[in-house]
Amino acid sequence: MNEAVTQNRIVFEDVSKFYGDVLGVNRVNLSVRPGITSLVGPNGSGKTTLMNLMTGLVQPTRGRISVLGIAPDDPERLFRVVGYCTQFDSFPRGMTGYQFVYSYLRLFGYAHSQSSELAMRAIERVSLTDAAGRRIAGYSKGMRQRIKLAQSICHNPSVLVLDEPLNGLDPLIRAETIALFRALAAEGLHLIISSHVLHEVDVISDQVILLSNGYVVAEGQIQGVREEIQEHPMQVLIRCDKPGELASQVFHNDYVVEARIHNDRQGVLVKTRDADRFYLLLNRIAQNGIEIESVAPADDDVLSVYEYLIGTEESTK
Amino acid sequence: MNERPWGLWWTQARAVMRLEVKKTLFSRHGLWVYLLAFSPAVIFAVDSIYMMKTGRPGDIGERTHGFAAIFQLFYLRAAIFFGCVGIFMNLFRGEVLDKSLHYYFLAPVRRTVLLAGKFLSGLLAASLIFGTSVVLQFAALYWYFDSGTRQEYFLHGHGLAHLAAYVGVTLLACLGYGAVFLATGVMFRNPVLPTAALFIWEAINPILPAVLQRISVIFYLKSLCPVLIPGDISLDKGNPLGFIAMNPSPASVLTAIVSLIALAVVAVAFSGRQLRRMEIDYGSD
Repeated sequence: MNEAVTQNRIVFEDVSKFYGDVLGVNRVNLSVRPGITSLVGPNGSGKTTLMNLMTGLVQPTRGRISVLGIAPDDPERLFRVVGYCTQFDSFPRGMTGYQFVYSYLRLFGYAHSQSSELAMRAIERVSLTDAAGRRIAGYSKGMRQRIKLAQSICHNPSVLVLDEPLNGLDPLIRAETIALFRALAAEGLHLIISSHVLHEVDVISDQVILLSNGYVVAEGQIQGVREEIQEHPMQVLIRCDKPGELASQVFHNDYVVEARIHNDRQGVLVKTRDADRFYLLLNRIAQNGIEIESVAPADDDVLSVYEYLIGTEESTK
Repeated sequence: MNERPWGLWWTQARAVMRLEVKKTLFSRHGLWVYLLAFSPAVIFAVDSIYMMKTGRPGDIGERTHGFAAIFQLFYLRAAIFFGCVGIFMNLFRGEVLDKSLHYYFLAPVRRTVLLAGKFLSGLLAASLIFGTSVVLQFAALYWYFDSGTRQEYFLHGHGLAHLAAYVGVTLLACLGYGAVFLATGVMFRNPVLPTAALFIWEAINPILPAVLQRISVIFYLKSLCPVLIPGDISLDKGNPLGFIAMNPSPASVLTAIVSLIALAVVAVAFSGRQLRRMEIDYGSD
């Protein structure tokens, strides 16, 4: 791969990881661009293994990994540019939230004043300033999650790896945290987020990597992934003033598999094998007296794509 | 980045030490180490008080031999040995059990620097605890005598030299056992069996062939102790523990010191090699 591209990407080349006889991930090839990338899959699908591999916490059995051109087995360089908010819910004993972030920064070699300033800035960014002086042992699950997030962003990394970062957050803090992720992505960071809650990542991801049983089953922008799944017809929801008439007009076309009046009777849900021809048809229908309010794909979300690729059972685990 | 940024490494090692020394010295989990370390000082103090109250005359020679026996039979073999198990084994293994080792592994710190920082903090804490205890043991032991006798013994006799030797042996014991248990903690998931094996190996050291005796820590520590203990001379009188104190062909002072330092260097280097390959895998611990 071009070296200039490698310098700006997270690259996995034929990476496998086995824990003894147990498969972690197998034959993974990825090239992750800046923006928000979600690792999606049920528990045990290999999300955390991929994250641990890219941060050097575990080493690949086979293959090569590069994070912005840095090998993960070089922590001295890697963690200057990478922050990792792990899923481990354990902390060094007796520390306050501030000490947790401050001491971490001292390990970088920063002086007291700089560490203190960076720590407070990160803690403020995750809205935990009031609790910074309290011991982490007394924190709620959501506060612990946020102080870990503060630790991972405190040194202004270029790559942020977040393992189930929204776990335990209440709706308000969840919304704030998602906004923070978007702001960080807008600053040009790589954000790698894992989640097994599909609708959660659907709203924030620029691209997704779908995992199942240690294998990457699909990757890319979710709409692009959806378009490549030929065996499942695309679903389109059309809001209009005459749903019955619209359904009858579209149904006789051979590329329309199903046309069903929506439950609220204000639209039609169409399944089609050829989305492009269907949209052309819809244009013609719109010119013939049916007022169409909106047309939106109904199954190009992560949940649907995951169900098509992996199956309903796994996606709902 | 500089090819070898020693200044940064030293700063990072100090940051590790700041965290670790505090954790080792002020942890509730480490209270038993203090009990182990300071129990001889308490026993000597109680004995001195008893002697004073009963008005029994003291014998410096007798007490010096008594101290030598307790130092070799209990302090080196049990107190410092198990104290170092508690301090050094926990530097990494304890963090794996607490699931907190990733805190260090996620920082831009070379693992050998992390190891050095942790080992130095363990060494500092162990030396402080056990070295202080030796000084207190001496104070408690000879405090019973009048000031004239004490001055004579410490300023004109062997007192100060013995104290310095015992403190030195204590520091070398912390270094030797510390390095061995650091390596054990990095190498084994369950260190109980290797610890028990080492304990037995150290205990049977005097009855091993001369070549094998040298593959131990206690052999060199005993060689450096300034006073022979009664066990040496009472073995033929039926003392069942007499063999423990035997050291028929001790190493020279220089050989003993160099050997202990070399052992520590090898054990720490081995730990560094293991640590570079170490993965965070709390699930299987």
